[in-house]
Amino acid sequence: MTHADTHNPDRYFIPHNAPWPIVGSIGMTALLAGAAMAMNGSASGKVTMLTGVAFIIVMLFGWFGQVVRESVGGYYNSQVDTSFRMGMLWFIFSEVMFFGAFFGALFYARVFVVPWLGGEGHGVMTNALLWQGFDPVWPTNGPAAIGGNFDTVPAFGVPLVNTLILLTSGLTVTMAHWALKNAQRRALVLWLAATVTLGFLFVYLQAEEYIHAYQELGLTLGSGIYGSTFFMLTGFHGMHVTLGAIMLTVIMFRAAKGHFTDANHFGFEGVAWYWHFVDVVWLGLFVFVYVV
Amino acid sequence: MSTHSTATIAQDHVHDDHHGAPKGLLRWVFTTNHKDIGTLYLVFSLLMFLVGGGMAMIIRAELFQPGLQLVNPEFFNQMTTMHALVMIFGAVMPAFVGLANWMIPMMIGAPDMALPRMNNWSFWILPFAFTMLLSTLFMPSGGPASGWTLYPPLSLQTGNSFAFVIFAIHMLGISSIMGAINVIATILNMRAPGMTLLRMPVFVWTWLITAFLLIAVMPVLAGAVTMLLTDRFFDTSFFNAAGGGDPVMFQHIFWFFGHPEVYIMILPAFGIISEVIPTFARKPLFGYTAMVYATASIALLSFIVWAHHMFTVGMPLGAELFFMYATMVIAVPTGVKIFNWVSTMWRGSMTFETPMLFALAFVILFTIGGFSGLMLAVVPADFQYHDTYFVVAHFHYVLVTGAVFGIMAAVYYWLPKWTGNMYNERLGKIHFWWSVISVNVLFFPQHYLGLAGMPRRIPDYAVQFADYNMISSVGGFAFGLAQLLFAFIVWQCARGGVKATAQVWEGARGLEWTLPSPAPYHTFEEPPTIDDSMVAHGDTAH
Ligand code: HEM
Ligand SMILES: [Cu+2]
Repeated sequence: MTHADTHNPDRYFIPHNAPWPIVGSIGMTALLAGAAMAMNGSASGKVTMLTGVAFIIVMLFGWFGQVVRESVGGYYNSQVDTSFRMGMLWFIFSEVMFFGAFFGALFYARVFVVPWLGGEGHGVMTNALLWQGFDPVWPTNGPAAIGGNFDTVPAFGVPLVNTLILLTSGLTVTMAHWALKNAQRRALVLWLAATVTLGFLFVYLQAEEYIHAYQELGLTLGSGIYGSTFFMLTGFHGMHVTLGAIMLTVIMFRAAKGHFTDANHFGFEGVAWYWHFVDVVWLGLFVFVYVV
Repeated sequence: MSTHSTATIAQDHVHDDHHGAPKGLLRWVFTTNHKDIGTLYLVFSLLMFLVGGGMAMIIRAELFQPGLQLVNPEFFNQMTTMHALVMIFGAVMPAFVGLANWMIPMMIGAPDMALPRMNNWSFWILPFAFTMLLSTLFMPSGGPASGWTLYPPLSLQTGNSFAFVIFAIHMLGISSIMGAINVIATILNMRAPGMTLLRMPVFVWTWLITAFLLIAVMPVLAGAVTMLLTDRFFDTSFFNAAGGGDPVMFQHIFWFFGHPEVYIMILPAFGIISEVIPTFARKPLFGYTAMVYATASIALLSFIVWAHHMFTVGMPLGAELFFMYATMVIAVPTGVKIFNWVSTMWRGSMTFETPMLFALAFVILFTIGGFSGLMLAVVPADFQYHDTYFVVAHFHYVLVTGAVFGIMAAVYYWLPKWTGNMYNERLGKIHFWWSVISVNVLFFPQHYLGLAGMPRRIPDYAVQFADYNMISSVGGFAFGLAQLLFAFIVWQCARGGVKATAQVWEGARGLEWTLPSPAPYHTFEEPPTIDDSMVAHGDTAH
C-alpha cells in the first residue's frame, strides 16, 4: 500500500470512494426538477422537491460528517488546510459576483433605464410614443405602475437596527476567533452563541419587515423594477444570512465538542469569512437599496 | 515518481485500486482520482459532441435547400438553441475540464487535484443537468427555441420547458464553478517544490486564468437567468419596460458573462497549442513570459468588451465607441500569441504528426476567425453584419477550428500518455485532412452568405442564397462524418496498439513525459525533484 488512508502528515490526504457527491446530484436534480414542475402547476412538484431536500440533507450530514471526522482524526496536514481555505475564498468570490449581477441590475435600472423611459437622451421617442407623462423618479414601478401604489421601507427604522445587528455580529464572531486563539472554549461558544442569536434576530426582523411591506406598504416582488430589485437583493441576502447562521450553529456545537484548536480550525474560519461577506453585502444593500 | 510497481500497472490499464475500490460502474461513480474524473469528463464531452453534432446535421439538412424541407420552424429553432447549449456547456467546456483534470496534476508534480471529492461532484452534476436539459425536447411544448442567448421577451414565451432549462443552466454553472475552484486550488497549492509559477507549462497558466474567469462570470449568468425565471413566474419586472425594467438590460448582464465565456472556451486551447508546437518544432516556446502576460491581458480585457454583441440595440454613441475600441485592443495580445507560435516554428526541425497538424490548422484558421471578429468589432460594419451568417462564420472559425481543433490536438497529443498506446497515425492524418477541408467547405461560404444579408437562426431563406447553403451543408455532412472516424480512432487507441514510450514524442518536454505510459493510477505521490531538463518552459537554455 503506497498512499494513505492512514494519516502521514507529510502526505497530502487524498480521499477514496466518495459516495456523497452522487447523492447530492440526485438531490439537486430532484429539488430543481420538482421546483420546475411546481412552477408549471404540477401537483407532484412539491413532493419531488421535498425528496430532493431529503437527499441533500443526507448528503450534507454524510459529507461534512466524514470531513469533520477526518479533520479531528488528524488526516489533514497544513497543505490540505490551505486547499480548503482557497476553496472557501474563491467560493465567496463567486458569491460576490452573484450579488454583483443583481446590484448591476439595480444600478443599470436606476441610472439608465428609468431616465430613458422618462425621455432622457435617446429615450425621447420611446417616451413620446409609449410612455408620455411618465415621471422618472426613483423609487418607481415603471410607466405602467405595475403592481399598483406602494411605499418604501424607510432606511432609518428596522434596516438601521439590522445594520447595527449585523455589524455587532461581525464583532462577536471576531471575539469568538480571539477566544479560540486563546484556547478559551467557554468564551468561544458564548461568543458564537451571541453571533448566532444576532443572525437569527436579523432574519426575524427582516421577515417582519417583509410582512409589513406586503400587508401595509403595498410593496411586493411585483412592484415593478423597485419591488424586483428590492426583494431579490434583500431576499437573496436574507437567504445567505440564514445559511450563515445555520453554519455558525453547527460550528458552535463543534466548538463545544472541542473540535477546534489554535492550529486547526478551518471550519470555524471559513464560516467566519462567510459571515463577514454577508455583512459586507448588507452594508452595500443598506446604502444602495435603502438610503440612496 | 510513483512508488508503485509501474510495470504491473502498465500491463493492466484498468487501474487496480488497492483498497477494494468498487469495480465496474460504481468505481466511476465514486471515484476521486483525477485521471478517472478526467476520463469521465472527456468521454462525456465526446458523447455531447456527437449529440450536438447530430443537431447540427438536422440544421444543415433543413438549410440544404430553400423552403421548408424537413422540420417545422419551431423545431428548427429548438435545434439551433440546443446545439449551442450542448456544444458550449456539454462538449467544449467539459473537454477542457477533463484535460485539466488529467494533465494539470501531472504537469505540476501533484498527487491529485486539491479537492478530490468536490472534483467528483463537479463531474457528476453534468449528466444530470444534461438529462434535464435534453429532456425538454420531449416535452409537449418542446424545448427552448429562443437561441442560446435566451433574450427576453422571446425566451419568456418558452413553454413548460422554461424552468427546466433555467435550472439546468444553474446546475451547469455550479459544476463549472466547483471545477474552477479546484483548478485554482490545485495550481496555487499543489505544485511540487521547484515548480515556480513561471516554470509552469503554458497550458497550466491558461487554465489558471480560465478558472478565474469562470468563477467571475458563471455566477453572473446564474443571476441573469434567475431574473428571467422570476420575470416569468414571480411577477418581477427586470426586463419589462412597463414596470421600469428593460429587456436590453438582460443583454448587458448576459454578455458580461458571455464574452468572458468565449475566452473561457479559447484560453485553454491557446495553452494546448503552446504545448504542441514546441514539441513538434523541437524548440522551446518563443516568448514564454509574453504568452503568460498576453493571456492575462486578454482575460482582463474580456470584462470590458461585452457590448460588442449589442451594437444594434440602441446604445448611446459613447458606449458604441468605447466597446468598439476596447474590442479592437484585444486583438493586440491575441496577435502576440500568434506571432509567438509562428516564431517558435521559425527554423525549428518540424515534423507533422496529427497533433501538430491540428495545431497548425488552429493557428491559421483561428486567425481567420480573429480577423472576422475585428470586422465585426467595427460598429458601422456590424450594423450590417449583426445577426447574419457572417457572425455564424466568425464564431465557428474561433470555436470549431479554434477550440475544437485545440481539443483534438490535445487528445492526439496526450492519448498515448493516457492509454499507453499510439493511436493509428494514418487514420489520424486522414481524420485531420478530412476535417480541415470539410470544415472550410462548411463555414467559409457562410461569410459570403452573411455579407449578402442572410440572417441567422431562420429555417428558410431567399433563393439567391441557395448555392452557398448547399455547399455549406455538404461540408457539414462531411465534417460530421469525419468526427465518427475520430471517435473510432480514440476507441481503437484505448483498446490497444503500438506501445507508447514514456516520452512519446521526441521533442516533448515537461513532467508528464517523465511518467510511464500509460500514466499509473497514482502519480507523484512523492513530489518529483525538478530540474531544468524536465520543465517544459521557463528556462531559456534548452
Ligand atoms: C480578435 C478577437 C475577437 C473579436 C474582435 C471578436 C468580435 C466579435 C463581435 C464584435 C461579435 C458580435 C457580432 C454580432 O453579433 O454582430 C462576436 C460574436 C461572437 N464571437 Fe467573437 N470576437 C473575437 C474572438 C472570439 C473568440 C476567441 C471566440 C470564441 C472562442 C469568439 C466567439 C464568438 C461568439 C460565440 C459570438 C457569437 C455569439 C452569439 O451571438 O451567439 N469570438 N465576436
Ligand atoms: Cu464577444
